[in-house]
Amino acid sequence: MASKMINLTIDNNKVQVPEGTTVLKAAKSIGVNVPNLCFHEDLSIYGACRLCVVEIEKHPRLEPSCATLAEEGMVVKTNSTRVRKARRMIVELLLANHPEDCLTCDRNQICELRKIAHDLGIRKLRFEKGRKYDYALDESSPSIVRDPNKCIQCGRCIRVCSEVQAVGAIDFVDRGGRTQVLTFLNKGLDNVECTNCGQCILVCPTGALREKTAVDDVWAAIDDPKKFVVVQTAPAVRAAIGEDFGMPAGSLVTGKMTSSLRRLGFDKIFDTQFAADLTIMEEGHELIGRVTNKGVLPMITSCSPGWIKYVEHFFPECLAHISSCKSPQQMFGAVAKTYYADKIGIKPEDMYVVSIMPCTAKKFEAERPEMNDSGVIDVDAVLTTREAARMIQEAGIDFTNMPDEDFDKPLGISTGAATIFGASGGVMEAALRTAYEVITSKTLEKVEFEQVRGMDGLKTATVDVDGLELKVAVANGLANAKVLLEQIAKGESPYHFIEIMACPGGCLGGGGQPIPTNLEIRKKRAAALYREDEGMPIRKSHENPAITAIYEEFLEKPLGEKSHHLLHTSYTKRERY
Amino acid sequence: MKVILKNIEKEGYDGSIASYISEGGYEALKIALKKTPEDILSELKKSKLVGRGGAAFPTGMKWEFARNSKETPKYVVCNADEGEPGTFKDRLILENDPHMLIEAMAIAGFTVGASQGFIYIRGEYFKAYDVLTAAIEDAVKNNCLGNNILGSDFSFNISLYRGAGAYVCGEETALLDSLEGKKGQSRVKPPFPTFVGYQNKPTVLNNVETLSNVPQIILNGGDWYSKIGSADCPGTKLYCLSGDVKKPGVYELPTGITLKELIDTYGGGVDGKLKAVLPGGVSSSFLAADQLDVKMDYPSLQKAGSMLGSAAVMVVNDTHCMVDLAKRCTEFFDYESCGKCTPCREGTKRAREIFINMSQAAGEATDIALLKELQDVMYDTSRCGLGQAAMNAAGSAMDKFPSEFEKHITKKNCELGICPMEKV
Repeated sequence: MASKMINLTIDNNKVQVPEGTTVLKAAKSIGVNVPNLCFHEDLSIYGACRLCVVEIEKHPRLEPSCATLAEEGMVVKTNSTRVRKARRMIVELLLANHPEDCLTCDRNQICELRKIAHDLGIRKLRFEKGRKYDYALDESSPSIVRDPNKCIQCGRCIRVCSEVQAVGAIDFVDRGGRTQVLTFLNKGLDNVECTNCGQCILVCPTGALREKTAVDDVWAAIDDPKKFVVVQTAPAVRAAIGEDFGMPAGSLVTGKMTSSLRRLGFDKIFDTQFAADLTIMEEGHELIGRVTNKGVLPMITSCSPGWIKYVEHFFPECLAHISSCKSPQQMFGAVAKTYYADKIGIKPEDMYVVSIMPCTAKKFEAERPEMNDSGVIDVDAVLTTREAARMIQEAGIDFTNMPDEDFDKPLGISTGAATIFGASGGVMEAALRTAYEVITSKTLEKVEFEQVRGMDGLKTATVDVDGLELKVAVANGLANAKVLLEQIAKGESPYHFIEIMACPGGCLGGGGQPIPTNLEIRKKRAAALYREDEGMPIRKSHENPAITAIYEEFLEKPLGEKSHHLLHTSYTKRERY
Repeated sequence: MKVILKNIEKEGYDGSIASYISEGGYEALKIALKKTPEDILSELKKSKLVGRGGAAFPTGMKWEFARNSKETPKYVVCNADEGEPGTFKDRLILENDPHMLIEAMAIAGFTVGASQGFIYIRGEYFKAYDVLTAAIEDAVKNNCLGNNILGSDFSFNISLYRGAGAYVCGEETALLDSLEGKKGQSRVKPPFPTFVGYQNKPTVLNNVETLSNVPQIILNGGDWYSKIGSADCPGTKLYCLSGDVKKPGVYELPTGITLKELIDTYGGGVDGKLKAVLPGGVSSSFLAADQLDVKMDYPSLQKAGSMLGSAAVMVVNDTHCMVDLAKRCTEFFDYESCGKCTPCREGTKRAREIFINMSQAAGEATDIALLKELQDVMYDTSRCGLGQAAMNAAGSAMDKFPSEFEKHITKKNCELGICPMEKV
């Protein structure tokens, strides 16, 4: 049924919107973008920055358009003298409390506050004598740095952490001008339930949240003649990094990315997708084993380090459900420093493995004490998509005009199944492609499993594997994962296999991806990955010739002794605060 | 005419349930339980009682909204977070006649269809907390609270909840958040608490004084009450008289008496030479010495450019510096702002700084215009009453005593020698 329509007037224009539409949205529908800061389309209404105030006839005061529903006959002015005066004053007040280090700020070109200050014509600060805070940075986390001095208290990080991720690692503490966004007892992000997912970074309008950068470590390794530096790139990076060079969302730039990384000076350009195919071999066999030997079910994927830390904190009783497979990043590091190092005659300690990830939690994952199975740290440095883009910018590489180049062999060889790891449902689909053929020994004709694709937070499907009804579920965003975990904890989960990705949309919406990241952009990145899959000559992990080779030459068989040592891991119960 | 202090001002009255009952206490509840909620609403509307916490919303209408709300359960919440500087009227009731409040809340519960009430009491009101705790126990023992009250089908309980010292929790939606165990910060309105209140259920939220009028309205009728005091805002009001006045205290008087009468007839006159009066606490605007004929009710004070608020009447004589007073008022709001919305959080901070500068000989010629603009924007855009009213006192001080500010800014001179006029 069509919802009731509301007629109102905005800036002398007649507007018709469905009942329940906010004035902010109604204004947008006629091309008026009312400036705002605390509003975010993925989050609940907060109505606190007051920047989006508008004048509404018969209302004694200005009203926040984000929190005011359009009403029949409403007469709204978004651009009156009174509104402009209020908006400017509010921005002036925010700036009076904000460091003036825009030139060196991480958000230099993409800061929402800076843009609004510019757009509203703020050229002079009248509260210049005001005190500035000098809060200590929270640098405890290996993934995320919080700079409270740049916080404008919009609460977007708090809302994404509790509403989208069901974590609640941060909240407002104290009141008035002394209000701060803090962790429990100010223990620091590394010492509370923070999963390092970095969604807070994506929604932060200023430079108050950023990744802990590894750029200089990577430059130092590249410049060190004694180091053989290899780089691996996660699937989701190729569908997003172009955005940081002004390309439209959904641009697939695998070849340009590869050539740019080669120009940066990496010795070998490899692909995490190789390790994704390896993951499917190991995880697929683990699943088959659990199903046939009545092991712990449902089995849940383990690729997403934010998800892993979440379950370690919140559902430690469910740890036996998590696949023992390391994530592709860590599998890559472990085989690069053993299998590949041995192949080219380099000692593991002379090899430096860099990952380019759409993810901030990968930085934490690489530092986990159990990730040293090659004898040294398996992955030396993790860069987010944004950091990789910055290095390319720093080197003056004209990314958009770079030629397309291929990955190096053998750890750059991969399949379409690995590409879709970057989208929610992709690991599931890749696993099903392989599991079907391994279990049935038949060829899977239609490789697409549409039921597990798309941006829905929770997706379920029943897959007929030659008579075996495999029940599967896919969750993205930890609040959705929580629903599946609660079922498991109660012993009511009907599924055999579950894929969970910490971030909305999967890795393509990861906390290390270009800013902005929103639903529309996530959809376009997903489409790019599925496009890449479609164009790949091989679309099933077990058909990857490099995978066949590594088992023949080195690992012997999935879940074999070497695999157990290098490719599998264990988990740790963590505290709640 | 005493409605609220009728018992308290009686010789030998001790506020116990026995003395309350001997003065006719809980009779109103008995009568109410035999009436229909609609009848009670009708009496309440006839009485023209409006909220005494400061917002002056018609009580009958508020109860009717909650009664007509479809959601259940419903709640009655008494706002006993009396925190406005200069206000001490609710404490008098809480400490000395707690059963009047309990009876009123039970009537409210019966009328709106609630079986649970809360009293959100200011954290610093230690004695009142103890008195109320005992009174609630006594009321339960005497079947005036609890199950099947006074033999009826109606059951109602009251829980006490202590605030943690935040002024903003006197704002009704911040109070509700605090009552739910969250940080006390105002909510987006609408929806109003009568529809979406405690635990997102319909909630009647009334000030202590407002509720305390209810038993007498039930006993004597709405018409009787509506004839007390001024016609458009009838009843009595508890005035908290303090500052430079000879006999400070709480005075219950019919609405519509003049400020002059209150100060001279009841307060024994000004101690010293009158300079200004804050008629409704630090959230209200200063009245000048020539405005004493204003009637002390909600509409009259609004017309005079101020507000009755919680009727915290603070009298200021000519030994006080208005810059210093403006500075103190803004310091209070800077400290008490919840910090949620930008104009209040940042605005109170900057206003305070500017007044401190003025008092330390660092004022600038542009300060007054900037503060006036800040006042306008804070009034226009703050989320709740705290920020909207935070500059009232300071702004009116600048309006009514411009030369004092002028001297501080340009001549760097505090004639009364109160401001330090040097960097401290």
